[in-house]
Amino acid sequence: MEMPAPKSGRLASKPELASRLCAVLPSDAVIEAPEELKAYECDALSAYRCPPLLAVLPETTEQVAKVMNICHEMGVPVVPRGAGTSLAGGALPTADAVILGVARLREVLEINTSDRYIRVQSGMTNLSVTAAVEDEGFFYAPDPSSQLACAIAGNIAMNSGGAHCLKYGVTTNNLLGVTMVMADGEVVEIGGAVMDAPGLDLLGLICGSEGQLGIVTEATLRILPKPEGARPVLFGFDSSEVAGACVADIIRSGLIPVAIEFMDRPIIRATEDFAEAGYPDCEALLIVEVEGSEQEIADQLARIIGIAKRHDPVAIRESASAEESTRIWLGRKSAFGAMGQMGDYICLDGTIPVGELPAVLKRIAELGETHGHMVGNVFHAGDGNMHPLILYNANEPGQLESAERLGAEILKLCVDVGGCLTGEHGVGVEKRELMTHQFAPVDLEMQMTVKDVFDPEWLLNPAKVFPLAVSAGRRAGR
Amino acid sequence: MSILAKKKAVESEADLVEAIREGGPFVIEGGGSRRIGLAEGEVLSTRGLSGVTLYEPGTLTLVAQAGTPVSEIDALLAAENQRLAFEPPDLRGLLGRAGESTIGGVVAANASGPRRVAVGACRDFCLGVRFVDGRGQVVKNGGRVMKNVTGLDLVKLMAGSHGTLGVMTEVSLKVQPLPETVVTLGVPGGDAVEAVAIMSDMLGQPYDLTGAAWQGGRVMFRLEGFETSLRYRIGLMRARLRRDVVEHWGTEICDPIWRGIRDVAPFQDVPGDVWRMSVKPSDAADVVHAVAPADVIFDWGGNRFWLLVAEGTDVRVKMPIGHATLVRASNETKRRLSVFHPQNAALERISAGLRRKFDPEGKFNRGMMG
Repeated sequence: MEMPAPKSGRLASKPELASRLCAVLPSDAVIEAPEELKAYECDALSAYRCPPLLAVLPETTEQVAKVMNICHEMGVPVVPRGAGTSLAGGALPTADAVILGVARLREVLEINTSDRYIRVQSGMTNLSVTAAVEDEGFFYAPDPSSQLACAIAGNIAMNSGGAHCLKYGVTTNNLLGVTMVMADGEVVEIGGAVMDAPGLDLLGLICGSEGQLGIVTEATLRILPKPEGARPVLFGFDSSEVAGACVADIIRSGLIPVAIEFMDRPIIRATEDFAEAGYPDCEALLIVEVEGSEQEIADQLARIIGIAKRHDPVAIRESASAEESTRIWLGRKSAFGAMGQMGDYICLDGTIPVGELPAVLKRIAELGETHGHMVGNVFHAGDGNMHPLILYNANEPGQLESAERLGAEILKLCVDVGGCLTGEHGVGVEKRELMTHQFAPVDLEMQMTVKDVFDPEWLLNPAKVFPLAVSAGRRAGR
Repeated sequence: MSILAKKKAVESEADLVEAIREGGPFVIEGGGSRRIGLAEGEVLSTRGLSGVTLYEPGTLTLVAQAGTPVSEIDALLAAENQRLAFEPPDLRGLLGRAGESTIGGVVAANASGPRRVAVGACRDFCLGVRFVDGRGQVVKNGGRVMKNVTGLDLVKLMAGSHGTLGVMTEVSLKVQPLPETVVTLGVPGGDAVEAVAIMSDMLGQPYDLTGAAWQGGRVMFRLEGFETSLRYRIGLMRARLRRDVVEHWGTEICDPIWRGIRDVAPFQDVPGDVWRMSVKPSDAADVVHAVAPADVIFDWGGNRFWLLVAEGTDVRVKMPIGHATLVRASNETKRRLSVFHPQNAALERISAGLRRKFDPEGKFNRGMMG
């Protein structure tokens, strides 16, 4: 993976830039020392690292605006960083860029339960938003698996999803408004605590723009009344075709489970060795979770079990207690850890039309064999969002590159069957060069044109999303 | 609305590209049933681009050409026990139009009905779009899968852009299974303050309400799902409301009630201008009090409401807060007051910048949104 070469003028400007930034920020908010900058050299895509020119940790929207204004004047690129949990390299800097971290923007600004929204600074973690409203019976719905650590700013930048988005949608469906600092330091308010304000849907454009259009410092989020309870049921099947057919039948039935998770045999075995959740040894496993009162849960589960039985499951495990529910989720939740213990892995998140599931799984297994890598699949089955985990050995030369080649083949396959490169992690640097497989030149040009409007000089997270060769002219800059 | 005899009807995307390259400015039209903004130019109709190109009930996905009538989509979905969850309003009665509403028009207006309060707006169900820009280029964005964060989300941008950025030729949508049954609860709620208080309280509980409206002194709630579950939730609601509650069960009774709210039926054939308001529910009563309309309908728990006022009234100068869209008025009034609520200068500049990129020569619905 390539990153653009740093510009010597920018590198040389470090002392002046640092002194100008120190003049507008608290004394400990400008990080210059090489050993401290190492903390900002990568995100969760840790195979790629590069310390930034500087890192700044502003505490207010005004301070962010001043930073942006200075960097804009000096022609220095800015790479926004939430909590650094991006799996796609969204927060990976270049040596001539400033990392702008929102970690110190952590305040709850307003809670309004009668109008059902919360306004927060964007450095708050996903889970802390729910924590701020749960005593009043509410929650914030998007639940990426990194929710303990990940920041709302990053959730908005990547339009994050989660296991429960089948019912509640992803970030864009739960975002009402933002305060955003533009590339030149201007502060804009988009949307607010109302539904469907008139005008172009700029909020929809900002959400998922991977920090390329502006820096979101505050967000108004929709909060929802917490359901009375939730309970999963687990099914084992002896083929992924049958499991896929069962998912389609559940979805068609009119039931709206909050989650339908799929695991294939390699993942089931890996998690059994690791977490001993007591999963059946079978080809495909589904975990279906429903919400509601005790009686509603029982009714829904009975209907789901009825549907599943028509597909001859090899195992049915119904939860009757909180402990059993935890045990059913245990394997799924430890799937990444289990794979991590077997080696290094790349986690992809291409999305496919659900009907293509069996064919795609078969093809992934074949591709894995050809490239010499084990691939396990966990999967948000309700919405076709795959998570193939490709195992490799980082200490063996060539293995990462070979795993990446396999990853690219799998993502191209997702696109070829009518899906897309990424369902919730974002493009970042990881899938940047594959964009031409999904989009025609005119499609990419249109998207880059939108960035031109917000950031004419391409100073905001410039080396992401678009293939380097395609964006080169725009990034030429100062 | 420009009343012009001349109308260009295209039969294919290639025709459309050619028309755009050679002509303009255009007023973009689907079925001509819901346009509220004013623009000058030759009417360019997408009605000829019709037909559902893909429908997979098992994956809740539908792809249709922009000129496909909504009625055709509704019928196709109903045959599989499915529907468009965002229940697009039919504004023909309110606006006095006769056309056939198209799915492209629905998406261009981001048109959503009462269920929006629970499930999201039209834009939340838009998975992908194909459109022709002002240079005559065919652009795709999004796709047909439920989760997609690949590149910038131009699908949301096109939804609700009222034909000012490009002419949509195809949209892909997520659809929803029909519930087993439906029930509407009618609760007496005298004034706007009381109505909002009741609706906010109920929407703050985990009852999964798919409608919360107030009209004619009555608050109405809609619940959808399995009968046992609805009976359970009604029990909880009755206990919490402690008021007289009337239950209306089944689609035959419920559909006309919610269609009436959706289509602003009480204001049809009643003289006066009609404004659509977007405010926080807790500000709704203040806005109503300040404007003092002839009549009002609350939807979305008070997040959206419709005002009927005397012709020529400038609602915006009277309201302390919120956004107002002028939906029905004479062209003279629309020109004087502008249909869409003015945005702050920064957003206006960004929006104008986007329009210049998408439509450099101003060929589409020129001046409609600002």
